[in-house]
Amino acid sequence: MAEAFQFELVSPERLLVSEQVESVVIPGAEGEMTVMAHHAPVMTTIKPGVVTVKTATGKEERYVVFGGFADIVPSGCTLLAESAVAVGDIDRADLARRIQEAKEDAADAKDDQTRSKAEQFLSQLTTLEGAILPA
Amino acid sequence: MPSLKDLRNRIASVKATQKITKAMQMVAAAKLRRAQEAAEAARPYSERMGAVLANITQAIGGGGDAPALMTGTGKDDVHLLVVCTAERGLCGGFNSQIARLARDHIRKLLADGKQVKIICVGKKGYDILRRDYAAQVIDRVDLREVKTLGFVNADAIAKKVIHLFNEGGFDICTLFYSQFKSVISQIPTAQQIIPAGAPSAAAETTNGGNAVYEYEPEPGEILSDLIPRNISVQVFRALLENAAGEMGAKMSAMDNATRNAGDMINKLSITYNRQRQAQITKELIEIISGAEAL
Repeated sequence: MAEAFQFELVSPERLLVSEQVESVVIPGAEGEMTVMAHHAPVMTTIKPGVVTVKTATGKEERYVVFGGFADIVPSGCTLLAESAVAVGDIDRADLARRIQEAKEDAADAKDDQTRSKAEQFLSQLTTLEGAILPA
Repeated sequence: MPSLKDLRNRIASVKATQKITKAMQMVAAAKLRRAQEAAEAARPYSERMGAVLANITQAIGGGGDAPALMTGTGKDDVHLLVVCTAERGLCGGFNSQIARLARDHIRKLLADGKQVKIICVGKKGYDILRRDYAAQVIDRVDLREVKTLGFVNADAIAKKVIHLFNEGGFDICTLFYSQFKSVISQIPTAQQIIPAGAPSAAAETTNGGNAVYEYEPEPGEILSDLIPRNISVQVFRALLENAAGEMGAKMSAMDNATRNAGDMINKLSITYNRQRQAQITKELIEIISGAEAL
């Protein structure tokens, strides 16, 4: 059994998770990564996606996050999410609204840089929708 | 001298008022507890945000690629004041205290020849400020419909502010809100949020030590993503503190009102009893003197 470390998932409204975990899969801005104990210090922004937490007791929990960033140190990992919900509690309407907003953002973007950013965000959201909502 | 009937009516009406203020006090107490919990629950995020921010600023080492939101435009000609107040009155001096602080600030800025723009969050602050500075109010945010304050509300305000900044609408942004010290004391506070200034290195992460971080993507890019988020967090914190402060102020104001009503009822009852007694005595005298005359 792998060594456990402290993992915290914080949203602006509250502290969602604070417990000993075995591993965490984070949707990093530059690719997914699995964090385990004694990970080298990394700071990364995260894209909308699913965070999979494997607790020390062997349970697996999944949370949907919408952007934010992660602060990883050897002794623990803190994930500051702009908004986070357990996969079971995801609100389809909310997700649909976010996608709609992202579409509008992409449509009104003034220059190429913001447009490509908005489109990237939109594609991340739609991928996320496909991943968590079985049609 | 009011008649006995008048006095009875007045006592009844004061009693009805007392019941209302008592109920409002209890509602405020319940809401205060919830607001305090919300403020407490939001604390970990802003604390960690501070730590991360300090960490990254250190990594960049005050290099030239810090975003403008942090370093400012280098001028201080146009000031934006975000004044956060409550949506409802009946909470003592809560709203007027914040408004007074803002007004002093505005007067000082105007005297220095600066340009002032105001965004009012909450109806009460707008009502007070528009009397003197209606021309300066550029926008107002109404949170009346909002049942539970969410990060979304704060984020919307912050986005507005940042958008305005990017358009060159102002140079310095100050946030006015009431710091929640305790139920009986709320301190009106002015906090500068743009430019944010470098957070003190004292907030050095405790668990990471001086470990060398790897950044994904580049620190500058993370920072430019982080600063707007930090502004939202600051606004969110201000709103939460305000909500707790409003309820605290309302609770103590309503407590005072209930006590005042109680005092008034006591005083009125004494007058009432005295008058009733006087009337009885008068009637007795009339009867006795009538009997003696026979």
